[in-house]
Parts: sequence; structure tokens; C-alpha cells
Amino acid sequence: MDFYSFLIQLLNGLQYGLLLFLVASGLTLVFGIMGIINLAHGSFYMIGAYMAWALAEQTGNFGLAVLLGIVLTVILGILLEAVFYRHLYKRDHLYQVLMTYGLILVFEELRSIIWGDDVHGVAVPALFSASIPLTDNLSYPVYRLAISAVCVLLALGMYLLIQRTRLGMMIRAGASNNEMVQALGINIKLIYTLVFALGVALAATAGMIAAPISSVFPNMGGQVLIICFVVVVIGGIGSVWGALLAALMIGLVDTFGKVLVPDYAGLSVYVLMAVVLLWRPEGLFKRG
Amino acid sequence: MSDVTKTPLLEAKGLHTYYGASHILHGVDFKVGAGETVALMGRNGMGKSTLIRSMLGLVPPREGSVFVRGQNVTRSPTHKITRSGIAYVPEGRGIFPNLSVKENLLMAARAGTGGKREWTYERVLETFPRLSERLSNGGAQLSGGEQQMLTIGRALMTNPDLLILDEATEGLAPLIAREIWNIIRTIRASGIATVIVDKNYGALLTLVNRCAVMVKGQLVFDDLAEKMNDEIVQKYLGV
Repeated sequence: MDFYSFLIQLLNGLQYGLLLFLVASGLTLVFGIMGIINLAHGSFYMIGAYMAWALAEQTGNFGLAVLLGIVLTVILGILLEAVFYRHLYKRDHLYQVLMTYGLILVFEELRSIIWGDDVHGVAVPALFSASIPLTDNLSYPVYRLAISAVCVLLALGMYLLIQRTRLGMMIRAGASNNEMVQALGINIKLIYTLVFALGVALAATAGMIAAPISSVFPNMGGQVLIICFVVVVIGGIGSVWGALLAALMIGLVDTFGKVLVPDYAGLSVYVLMAVVLLWRPEGLFKRG
Repeated sequence: MSDVTKTPLLEAKGLHTYYGASHILHGVDFKVGAGETVALMGRNGMGKSTLIRSMLGLVPPREGSVFVRGQNVTRSPTHKITRSGIAYVPEGRGIFPNLSVKENLLMAARAGTGGKREWTYERVLETFPRLSERLSNGGAQLSGGEQQMLTIGRALMTNPDLLILDEATEGLAPLIAREIWNIIRTIRASGIATVIVDKNYGALLTLVNRCAVMVKGQLVFDDLAEKMNDEIVQKYLGV
């Protein structure tokens, strides 16, 4: 593999990893703070992708579609938390798995009713439609770089929110002792709602910005969900920074696996998971 | 100091509280007036912590009512009850181990009732100089005494009118415990009412205006500290 091919695969791997992080971070946050296993998390990615497609068709502007989509998915997150997820906090994981699996079926059915079962493509926004030429016959699409940049900005924003703000302190405190947080006069229910809505919006945003490169199709949430659970398990359940590291590792292993050992590419991610878990059964980072 | 004609700061009337099927509180009446210092006494398992937790809405009572300044808060969520000027230092301290000392303090900061901000971050650190040496340490890296200082400091950051301390000096070395007692004296002198649970009855009695003694989920004695005598201590507390 020459340098430019390597560079392209490296950038692809990082971009895929960062995108996975956006989805997985919500999954691991909701588990770490509220203790919820949310199987329907992949559906939010799917909903985001379909929204980007539908809204871009309606408005004719992808950027506007994404902004609108973010607002709508935050509202969706708030409603879902208040109506469904709130009742799961004190329950056993079995109930959580049952209800959130049920929600996957509901979301897929609703998707079929509202948007149909066809595969759709979403045009790359004109602003980012160019490619950067690398050699005579190799070039790299600007849109993929833009995806990576957006993911890095969102990850940075999340870092600042969680580590540097009082709300972030309350969120972290809630993960370790929610009773004490309430006893200090803080409305933990509101914090849970915010964290959940944040998780939904992050997953949906990932779906939206990925739509132009991955297309939009039924059951796309299921694929993402499985790989996100691999990310969360490798990173250490509940650890956002573990998820970042794990997502980048998976992005690179998966991308280079497809190039170097194409016959076994589907296995590479799971081999990585097995190796990490043999070395560190609790994942790279402990919960916290 | 206590003025019985005034509405109490915190009042419980006829509380019955259960943990699952077991009946813990059997109709407890309890009140704290503004600026008052009350010792809540009783052997282990008599319902002291449950009474506190019931009043704060952490374990809602099945029967009876809780009032803050005359307002019925029985079914209110915990954060609303504590926002009306009550701070709680729980048994076991409830430090957030995944937050630094500084973060433990800052996350709790808010104005008290009527917007008063007497206890700032700076004043808490002046009161607990030992904490200012450990600001970036994780909550779990502190010694027991430092943890108790942090919990009390964190409680003060909410600018309370009433501070409830469950097991104020449990598990602390005598010298550290004495430091905690001195801090409680300072807090009392600043006009904050306190309810203190502790096993060191000697230290407690030199500090409080009133004593309430619980036996098997009932209040069996509730009077001025002067009325407390060896006979009562012997009878109910078995010392």
C-alpha cells in the first residue's frame, strides 16, 4: 500500500470511528448515568438519517435539514424519556431490554408507515461536494473531512460540558449518588431528561451527517446498534472517553481490515473486542 | 433561642414510614424551630435516620405530614424540600468520589431562602482550611475527617437555614471529632438551625437546646437539654 492509499484509509477509519463515537457516547452516557440498557439507541441513528433525507427533500437545503432535525430529535428525546424511559430507571435490566426492544419494532414500523421501505440517497451538500486531489487518480472527498470535523467539535463540546460546567458536575454526581444530588436541592429528573435528550440528539446527528455517504435504508439502526455495543464494551461500560478510544480503534481496525484481509473483514472488530476483553475484562476505562 | 409561638422551620406530624413490609416509624411528631439546635438520640435501628429521610422525602411516609415553615411538603420531591433551606449530611457522608473536592463544593452552590449568599466557596474554604489543600483531589482520596468536612462544607454551600447531620462524628479519631464539634458550634453561632445525630451524648448535650429520643420508631422524650438526665439516658439509650 502506497502512502496516499494509506492516508485515505487512515482518514476513512478515523471518520468512521468518530461517527461511531457520536452514536456510542449517548449509549454509554445513558447507561453510565441512568443505568439503562437502551437497545433502541440505534433507531435514533436511523430516525436521524431518515429525517435528514425527508427534510432535505422538503427544504432543499441539507444544512437547514440537519439543524431542524437536531431540534426535532431533542424534542423526541424529551418526550420518549418522559413517556417511556423514566419508568425504567428503577427496574431490572430485563425490563429495560424488553421495552427498548419493543421500541425498535415500533420505530421500524413507524418508519415504514411514514417514509416507506425504499432505499434513499441524500446528496452531498454543495458546499462540501469537492474532492481534494492527492495523486493523478486518487482524491479525498471534502465531505468526509467535514464529518470528522463536526464529530471532533461535538466531542470537544461534550468534554467541556461534562468536565467544565456545573451541569456536567451534577451529571457526574448523579452517576455516583443520585439521592445525594437530590438532597442538595438539584432536580435529578430534569438532569436525566437532558442527558437522555442529548444522547438521542447525538445519535440522530450522526445518522443525519452520515446519510450522504451511507444512504438511508430500513434497519440501518440495527447494524449501528451492534457495533456501538462493541464500542461501549471495549471502552468500558459508562465511560465516554473509553468510548472515544474504542470507537477510533474499531474505525481503524474495520477500515484497514477490509483492505488488508478482505475475506475476514467482518471478524476483525470482534477479534479486537475479544483481545481487549481478555486483557481487560471491564474494558479500557472503568466506569466513571 | 427557640420560640414555640413561631411556625417551626421543619415539622413532622404523625409520621408512619415503612421499608417494604416492615413498619419503622410509628406516628412520630417532631419539629425544629429557626436557629434551634436539636439532638436526635436513640440506639441503632430506632428510626432516627428513617425519620430524617422521611422528612426529606427520600423515603416518603405512608401516613402523616411534613411541613416546612407551615407549608405541607409531604408529597413534594426531595429537591423541592431541600430547596426550601434544608441541607443534609447523611450517614456515610455521600461524597461524590468521581468529583474533585472543588467540584463537590461548586456543584452544590446556590443562594438560600430569600436569596442569601452568606456561605460562599471562599468562606467554606476559610472555615475548612484543610480542604483548600486538597481541592484537586478526588472525593474518595480524603481521610474520614476530611470527607466529613467536605460534606458539611458542601451542605453550607446551599446556604441553608437548617442543617441535618446524621452521625456527625462516627468513625472519626477523637481529635478530628473535636474539630467537627467546633465547626458545628461555629455554624450554630451563625444562626443556622441544626439537627444532630451522634453517639457521643456528652458532646451533644453541651451543644444542643433540645433533645429528642427515639425508641422503636416512636419519640419517647422531647424536651429542653437541661431536662435530660442520667436516668433517661440509662433508660432509653442504655449507656
